Amino acid sequence: MSKAAATVATARDGGALARLARWLDQPKVLAWLMLGPAVLYVVAFVGFPFVLAIALSLSDATIGDPSLDNFVGLSNYATVIQTDAFQLALRNSLIVTAGVICLILVLATLASELLVYSFRGKRLFQTLFILPWAMPVSLAAIVWLWFLDSTFSPVDWILVELGVLGPGSPLGPYSHMYYLGREWLGLASTIVADVWRMLPLATIIVLAGRLSIPEERFEQARIDGAGVFRILFRITIPALKPMLIVAILFTSLLVIGEMSMIEILTRGGPGHSTQVLPYWAYLKGIAGGSLAQGAAIALFLFPFLLVVSVLALRAAYRAQEA
Amino acid sequence: MFLSLARKTGFYGGIGFLTLFAILPVLWAFLTIFKTSGDLYSIGISPFFFDEPPTLSNLVFLFTRTNFPTFLWNSAIVGVCVVAITLLLAVPAAFALARLTGRWGEHSGMAIFLVYLIPPSLLFIPMYQIVVWLGVANSIWSLVIVLPTITIPFCTWLLLGFFRSVPRTLDEAALLDGCGQFTAFRKVVLPQVYPGIGACAVFAFSLSLGNYIYAATFINASAARNISAGVPTELIRGDVFYWPELMAATLVVAIPLAIAYGLFFNYLVGGFKNAT
Repeated sequence: MSKAAATVATARDGGALARLARWLDQPKVLAWLMLGPAVLYVVAFVGFPFVLAIALSLSDATIGDPSLDNFVGLSNYATVIQTDAFQLALRNSLIVTAGVICLILVLATLASELLVYSFRGKRLFQTLFILPWAMPVSLAAIVWLWFLDSTFSPVDWILVELGVLGPGSPLGPYSHMYYLGREWLGLASTIVADVWRMLPLATIIVLAGRLSIPEERFEQARIDGAGVFRILFRITIPALKPMLIVAILFTSLLVIGEMSMIEILTRGGPGHSTQVLPYWAYLKGIAGGSLAQGAAIALFLFPFLLVVSVLALRAAYRAQEA
Repeated sequence: MFLSLARKTGFYGGIGFLTLFAILPVLWAFLTIFKTSGDLYSIGISPFFFDEPPTLSNLVFLFTRTNFPTFLWNSAIVGVCVVAITLLLAVPAAFALARLTGRWGEHSGMAIFLVYLIPPSLLFIPMYQIVVWLGVANSIWSLVIVLPTITIPFCTWLLLGFFRSVPRTLDEAALLDGCGQFTAFRKVVLPQVYPGIGACAVFAFSLSLGNYIYAATFINASAARNISAGVPTELIRGDVFYWPELMAATLVVAIPLAIAYGLFFNYLVGGFKNAT
């Protein structure tokens, strides 16, 4: 008889304490004991504030008077929607997220396709590759702020050296692009910086999907004479679909909720032309003191995100079962 | 595997492109740290070479003349506490979902995901009020209490993947030998997922360091700031940017974290593989 079994045998003869221990060890009871703390924590610190956010958005609370006693219905939403800043913020949040998703899809598929193979220096590559994700976002944003500096940007220097920027070149007479000082270039820079930051995580997720495809399917296709691109589009990408969806969801939820990138890169400017929803909610709600309007801005996309995510997850599960 | 020359070129071309994309801004940041201001702010010379001998004075300035050591210390305390709370709650929860809840637990991945739909950008305003009620506004403990909301769902989800990858026959054998459920978890299943727990710890630590919105909202006092909110607010004074110090602050944090991530890279992939 093993030692553990012997302990159980003595426990069986034991008193009330042993009986309690045995009762607690039943799968159903133990499941709740082990799940309980995490569930309680999430309900207390995600569920409750979420309800509070909804209540705030329907009230006229400010930082000076944060009580919820005045119910104003949807009027905060109505006020908020009419402002130019909000409309620009909504547009930019959607553009940035869509842009990031498109680039991430291509680059993460490419990167995972390369990381399947073993090669010399793979460890070093993995470490360098994951570096952008290892930086706190606000610090990553500062690195990009300096990288795209209006005067000292090394990107400008490279472009000038290549002859595409500077006097008498295709990109105009100036030697600087002023990436962060213009509306569309500012948004494009934000997209690139966000892709740079999110690519490692997206790649890890897609690579996990790529490694679960059985190798025989590729070998069979190769025997049948299929080329690299045919295999990629006919076998790899369809089989990757569930993990691509998961990667997109993770990436877009992290990008759409991040304010420090825009706050540090462009401060939402010029004007409000590169404003995004979370930063505008922060400016209105905390800096401007109108908790109610800030909450309304922050909540605005929630129903939309909920529907899209549930549909996407269902598609992912169905694709996985198929 | 045999690769023809063209495919080999394509392969290393791809690796080279991705490496360059990942490290070009970092390389620029790295060179900036060691440049004298005369070298840094002269126009027309190559930004990638040193025209004046490299200097360590910027690093020395960061650690002796700014609040950066305080930020670093605060971030470390917050990070360690958040990792501890997260693992304490997420490891048992993930095991319960993987083994004890049957069919119901199989689709829990989706439910955990729904928590992610309520991101910090949506919660920071009411959370600010809760932090005020709890009397921890303006202290690092506000972050210790609130940041596990981000790390617990994520780590539970990832750990679910690690627990699922442990063959069921292992704990079934332990149960047949007369082990209790809990003993089977602690003595048999748990040791199998230690690398996964390590990967989760790295992930939770870096997420707790990286969160900006809570740190910026809850804390105004300089002594209680962490790096992600302290560096942008205090090392940038209006229009004056201490670029070499800023870059040093970034890389001092990012390089050790990247090495830790690099060590756990394959385990992370393994966790995601079984989580969905």
